[in-house]
Amino acid sequence: MTTTEPAPNPAEEAAEEERPIGFGRLLRKEDPRLIRGMGNFVDDIQLKGMLHLAILRSPMAHARIVSIDVSAAQAHPKVVAVITGADLAEQGLAWMPTLSNDTQAVLATDKVRFQHQEVAFVVAEDRYSARDALELIDVEYELLSPVINVRKALDPDAPIIRDDLEGKTDNHIFDWETGDEAATEAVFLNAEVVVSEEIIYPRVHPAPMETCGCVADVERVSGQLTLWCTSQAPHAHRTVYALVAGLPEHKIRVIAPDIGGGFGNKVPIYPGYVCAIVASLVIGKPVKWMEDRTENLVSTGFARDYVMKAQIAATKEGKILAVRSEVLADHGAFNGVAAPVKYPAGFFGVFTGSYDLQAAHAKMTAVYTNKAPGGVAYACSFRITEAVYMVERIVDCLAHELKMDPAELRLKNLIKPEQFPYTTKTGWVYDSGNYEPAMRMAMDMAGYEELRREQAEKRERGELMGIGVSFFTEAVGAGPRKDMDILGLGMADGCELRIHPTGKAVVRLSVKTQGQGHETTFAQIVAEEIGIPPEDIEVVQGDTDNTPFGLGTYGSRSTPVSGAAAALVTRKVRDKAQIIASGMLEVSVADLEWTKGSFAVKGDPSKSVTIQDIAMRAHGAGDLPEGLEGGLEAQICYNPENLTYPFGAYICVVDIDPGTAVVTVRRFIAVDDCGTQINPMIIEGQVHGGLADGIGMAMMQMIAFDEDGNCLAGSLMDYLIPTALETPDWETGHTVTPSPHHPFGAKGIGESATVGSPPAVVNAIVDALKPYGIRHADMPLTPSRVWETMQGNHTPPI
Amino acid sequence: MQVPAPFEYERATSVEHAIALRERLGEEARFVAGGHSLLPMMKLRLANPEYLIDINDLSELFYISEDANEVRIGAMTRHRDLLDSELLAQHFPIFRDAEKVIADPVVRNRGTLGGSLCQADPSEDLSAVCAALDAACVIKSTSGERVVSMADFHVGPYETAVGDAEMLTEIRIPLRPNSGSAYEKVERRAGDWAIVSSGAAVWMDGDVIANGRVGLAAVGPNTTSIETVSAALSGAAPSEELYQTVGDIAAANCSPQTDQRGTAAYKRHLAMELTRRSLRRAVARATGQEA
Repeated sequence: MTTTEPAPNPAEEAAEEERPIGFGRLLRKEDPRLIRGMGNFVDDIQLKGMLHLAILRSPMAHARIVSIDVSAAQAHPKVVAVITGADLAEQGLAWMPTLSNDTQAVLATDKVRFQHQEVAFVVAEDRYSARDALELIDVEYELLSPVINVRKALDPDAPIIRDDLEGKTDNHIFDWETGDEAATEAVFLNAEVVVSEEIIYPRVHPAPMETCGCVADVERVSGQLTLWCTSQAPHAHRTVYALVAGLPEHKIRVIAPDIGGGFGNKVPIYPGYVCAIVASLVIGKPVKWMEDRTENLVSTGFARDYVMKAQIAATKEGKILAVRSEVLADHGAFNGVAAPVKYPAGFFGVFTGSYDLQAAHAKMTAVYTNKAPGGVAYACSFRITEAVYMVERIVDCLAHELKMDPAELRLKNLIKPEQFPYTTKTGWVYDSGNYEPAMRMAMDMAGYEELRREQAEKRERGELMGIGVSFFTEAVGAGPRKDMDILGLGMADGCELRIHPTGKAVVRLSVKTQGQGHETTFAQIVAEEIGIPPEDIEVVQGDTDNTPFGLGTYGSRSTPVSGAAAALVTRKVRDKAQIIASGMLEVSVADLEWTKGSFAVKGDPSKSVTIQDIAMRAHGAGDLPEGLEGGLEAQICYNPENLTYPFGAYICVVDIDPGTAVVTVRRFIAVDDCGTQINPMIIEGQVHGGLADGIGMAMMQMIAFDEDGNCLAGSLMDYLIPTALETPDWETGHTVTPSPHHPFGAKGIGESATVGSPPAVVNAIVDALKPYGIRHADMPLTPSRVWETMQGNHTPPI
Repeated sequence: MQVPAPFEYERATSVEHAIALRERLGEEARFVAGGHSLLPMMKLRLANPEYLIDINDLSELFYISEDANEVRIGAMTRHRDLLDSELLAQHFPIFRDAEKVIADPVVRNRGTLGGSLCQADPSEDLSAVCAALDAACVIKSTSGERVVSMADFHVGPYETAVGDAEMLTEIRIPLRPNSGSAYEKVERRAGDWAIVSSGAAVWMDGDVIANGRVGLAAVGPNTTSIETVSAALSGAAPSEELYQTVGDIAAANCSPQTDQRGTAAYKRHLAMELTRRSLRRAVARATGQEA
């Protein structure tokens, strides 16, 4: 069942003074702290005797290390230690596993494999001295030719990047495929219309406001390691440290304090964390390492970097029959993709999109290049950004060839509500969906027909206006443990709830907010289930000593997985509360009726007890039903049955100045369906952020390299983040199609807009350029690239 | 956090004090005005001055004044004050055009006219503005002061005529009747450096342009004022054909390079297109025809 509702008018919203006990609009509990500058981020942490670590990075993309002379750096009066790869190698710590079962150098020993790779580190009394001493380290390099162009990575004469891997004779990482190649080929052979296009999703970077960093403190006597860290997944990190470094897990405490944005950038374990731990272990004092902005952009988890050859088969009437693709994936120098192990291409398999197809097939080759490692970041839902971008772009190419309206073409092919649960030709089971109402709602909000009329008039006058449509289906909430693990760790989430005697509560999560609003959302989930006001519920997260195990916050998994855990643990507590209530009211459990916050005797609502009364009784001196322990608390571990599949319809309207090729995004309409909504205000905030991201990627962002492998995006003057001036007033709306398997029907929302918006923007710009005969243009569509496209000189960005 | 290399710091208390410090400390010393170019370069360690002489206390350099012949602007006048100045808006609307699109409010609150000109970044906007307006720069030293034209002020990228023991103290802009000016900039994103900018100023004599100048930014080191543009405008009657001709001259006389901001061909095109637009608007303003 789907309900539809445009976003409320903010003026009406302000008039509503009632605070929900449960779901509804509610100001964020964390904001009074954050907006007053009173948060506690990693770089705010100061410990007695704390030292500062700075990393020396390679100036070259590919070079052999001939020698390193650290004597001058060691002689610096404020330097405590200088450590090289050779020093780490002696301890067996020069290499570490990545989340994709590859290895990555902590500090380079033999070669540097990307520009800005970690080569040595300095620990000093202050961060200025640490940085100064880096300039005193003398490294002699022997330059090697780098592999920068991904298309040449597998050439027979390409230099071998990973000669550290035994028997490695090329730069190949893996081949992967999905779907039925033969069946797809058969459909293409008989298809009336086939459209092909090479579609590139360039390398981009999440660029969180707060860069990555940590404070490592190894207590000398007990050997206890406390690590304050910018981690989206503190529990997973702790276990990896235990497995990799052989530290006993009970002696490791990972604390993720306030985090200033993650977007996937803070999922991997970076060499800097390991260096800080080693330094603290060796020196016996706390050690802080904080990246600067350049280090964050040039060395940490990037995103995308896919060259996708896409093909779509259809009838002349516009019935889409099949989609297939061949992808060349640039993973950089180490395969550091943070995705479930059995999914080397992430969830790219959902490239069939929101359409009912007869066949689909994709194959992918991933290669090493002399670039920074990473690959899954920037709110991509494990490569769904790439998949959705490809299918939404190729559908528009088909519309272009068929001379059909792109919205009409989509409406003709969307999966029908009665087909859910829908199994795609690549094996994904979409849990629920009702696509057409979302599409119609977006078109109504946009005034689609009127926009097309306006566009036709403008074209007559030589003005350039474009309308871009995208429809996306996401797959989030990883994931069922039978299918999904990271380094052998199942992707189930724990949750604990304790009701205090006075009826206040504390809920402990395994996931960790980076700004998404967990402190509010999870309090609302518990409130909805047990009737305690959200302000009376403390949400504890980010500290492995104080929270149950779970895999962390990324891939929009917090609400689908931990949100479910929070609801179920609350129901478990409520079940116990019901037994206590039956004793208090002297009736059988079956004779009680729950209304939010209290149990009453069926048929006699005057006889009731509140959850607060029950909490006091649970901890008090009075009698409890026979055999029942005191206390009111529970713990569970939730293993999701399936992913959840949010979806949405986006429409973007752009104007292009024909003289300068400057694109203005005039309007953006976003209709999202993330199932049951917990806090619509937070959802809108998540959507707004993702839409801005989409404009950034579509129009201005790319981590580019020159032919020597120098990264050209090392500052925010080179790597541009959109501002309020590039973004229109967002027009959001939503439909609600609950997930059938989630305890209260919610789906994730964190990445929907990042997934859905880039194709809408690019489709709009390409649509505006239709008078020039343009069918496709690659991101980033900067004024220069748009102008070159208008001149017939479009070149791929990589 | 990016941190600079060690440096020594002193706050100058007067122009004389600042120049004396500069004379004593030599080429390893830099003045810091708004600091919005110098400090980021120091944090990135692209600039490593041994001494910083802070001139933010020199209140004698914060002013915008006019007499019968010219407008004088103190070198420490902040972008924000250039943007807000009604005096400038009245005589030289090009300033407000440009200031609206220079960096962002935070930078504009600190950055100064003198600092912008002395930074001499080829993409910097106020150099093009001052070149279009035929401004002159007052440079002081212990031995007195000299006045140089914008053409002579810029020696090359990041290089100016200001010597180690000198200080830019004032910018003078001639006041001539029947003037109009305008600025056009294309950037990848608000607050970014220009892909290309074009500033134009014209002085009318009845129905013809008595004198006109165009200054470009971000299309090479020596395009702040193009002689052939002024020759083409002198004595010409305004028309779309004239703007096109002058735009073509501007495009032909710049030396853009392909970079992350755009291809050389695109930048050359913009030099033409933006010059057409800035001239058209400058003339409209000079003749009271602006829409």
